[in-house]
Amino acid sequence: MAITLKRKNPVDLVFSFITALASVTVIIFIIGIIYVLISESSLAIEKFGIVKFLSSTEWNPVKEDFGALTNIYGTVLTTFLSLLFAIPVAIGIAIFVTEIAPNFLKGPIGVAIELLAAIPSIIYGMWGLFTLSPIMSSYVEPFLKKITSGIPLVNILFQGMPMGIDILTASVILSIMIIPFTASIARDSFNLTPDVVKESAYSVGATQWEVVKNVILPYSKLGVFGGVVLSLGRALGETMAVAFVLGNNHRITMSLLDAAATITVTLANEFAEADNDVYLSSLFYLALVLFVMSFITLAIAKFFLLKAERKYSR
Amino acid sequence: MKTIFRLALVAALVFSFGQAGAAQMLNGAGATFPYPVYSAWAYDYNKVTGVQLNYQSIGSGGGVKQITARTVDFGASDDPMKPEDQAKEKLLQFPAVIGGVVPVANLENVKPGQLKLDADTLCKIFLGDIKKWSDARVTKLNAGLKLPDGEITVVYRSDGSGTTAIFTNYLAETCPAWKEKVGAGKAVKFPVGIGGKGNEGVANYVKRTANSIGYVEFAYAKQNKLDYTQLKNKAGNFVEPGFASFEDAAETGDFDAKKGFYLWLTNAPGKQSWPIAGATFILLAREKTDTNKQTVKFFDWAFNNGDNKAKELVYVPLPKSLKDKVRAYWKASGIQ
Repeated sequence: MAITLKRKNPVDLVFSFITALASVTVIIFIIGIIYVLISESSLAIEKFGIVKFLSSTEWNPVKEDFGALTNIYGTVLTTFLSLLFAIPVAIGIAIFVTEIAPNFLKGPIGVAIELLAAIPSIIYGMWGLFTLSPIMSSYVEPFLKKITSGIPLVNILFQGMPMGIDILTASVILSIMIIPFTASIARDSFNLTPDVVKESAYSVGATQWEVVKNVILPYSKLGVFGGVVLSLGRALGETMAVAFVLGNNHRITMSLLDAAATITVTLANEFAEADNDVYLSSLFYLALVLFVMSFITLAIAKFFLLKAERKYSR
Repeated sequence: MKTIFRLALVAALVFSFGQAGAAQMLNGAGATFPYPVYSAWAYDYNKVTGVQLNYQSIGSGGGVKQITARTVDFGASDDPMKPEDQAKEKLLQFPAVIGGVVPVANLENVKPGQLKLDADTLCKIFLGDIKKWSDARVTKLNAGLKLPDGEITVVYRSDGSGTTAIFTNYLAETCPAWKEKVGAGKAVKFPVGIGGKGNEGVANYVKRTANSIGYVEFAYAKQNKLDYTQLKNKAGNFVEPGFASFEDAAETGDFDAKKGFYLWLTNAPGKQSWPIAGATFILLAREKTDTNKQTVKFFDWAFNNGDNKAKELVYVPLPKSLKDKVRAYWKASGIQ
């Protein structure tokens, strides 16, 4: 190791040993978690295999037949929709804070965004159930149903009774939760654009819109993308906020007004009372699937962020 | 240095108290449903005897696991354990308190207790076979009521729970189609409907959604004044959920000490019995005679003094005949 090559005094040696130990524990934890997930799910892996488990829509504790597809579908769909709602708002916030807002507004807005990130997710869940969901069921969803009713294909998305307990409401809650993450990373990336470049654009007569569109966004797109993927990771793993308003239904539906289930919600709901081995093992298997999904998204995010950093430091 | 010394002193004191208290402590874990009544009993018992009872409501599945692993003095479960499993894990089992499940509906112009259903219609509604309240099979039972034409929304419990276990056992027992298509358990694959998390989730969805029907624990329905329904019982009478109908179910149910009281208290034969009832059980490790005696002392005290407290919290105490059976079981097992 490089640190041992240099001659060091004893205090430094002890110090570096302790810090190294601290870092190693993280790796041990990750290995431990992977080990437990794999060993606990081995029974389900043996019984259902990989392809069958991932492609089966069955989730039937009584018949002990389990498949992950309905859960994966719910997870991916709510995550995708929440990003769809959150990204434009978050980028809007970031542009406003970095470029447009007068200085005295920048502080309060920044604090408000960070406060949004500090609210525990269970509170989002309760708020969603008691406040947002009635609003969705009595105003937003009937409205969406009405305007889409004549359009073929699109009206399939809004079939069924508007109950406020559905994929749409869950995605809206999720998007509110991830806005602060995307917004603050986007803001930091925008701030990386050198002032010289911006000022030269203004000096040749570019408007604010043109500067944002042609200078800042191209400059920071990799950073923003990394932020988006980080929020995606957060949305994938979110549990409590979704559990209250998603309806927890192991079915694949086309309509956004139907109930669905995500991996984390299924785990939270069913873990405590899973009473036979295959059931419990399948829940662990589901957790393993989520772990792999999160791992891949975070790896992609890291890749883009690193690429962005390299580009700016040049 | 002085601070460290003080800290050590405090730590030593705390630990010594912990040691001293250990002998006077009973540890239990399991079902969440009876948690309020067990802790209320434990509070009163502690005042009288000084014995502390520490009950962790980690869920029935957890309770069974903990007592099987012998990490607690007693386990608690809403699921009756089969006699062969009791023998295999060397456990004793007895009922402690009665609860039940009540269908609740949200129908305009229909007051609590007015809607009448029988096992067959309830089953067909939850199967998605009866889709509207105006269906002839429902209106036939409710001649005097004006039922809406709207589509029925079914609400079920999405988290695994004893409530779902009791409810689905009732449907599976009374309705062959349910048994074949869905089955019974703490979590099942419901053919239609949306899932609420916990009693409060189900109640919230039902209150919110017109023409919906769900099921919640009796105590929850009563405390929140939900629109419960009447049900036709095995004897052919329509009954309302209440202390009397639950007690009648517990009294006429065939609890057998030889089977360690294994029984799903659904469809009890009594004239006034509420058909969807269930007992919640205590599990003891057979070989731990000394701690079992302590646990039994607590429950014996609760059987003698705890009925009013239980009713206050909307739990149904065991009827006297059943308490006597349980006491005889304790004696026979040599723990009283």
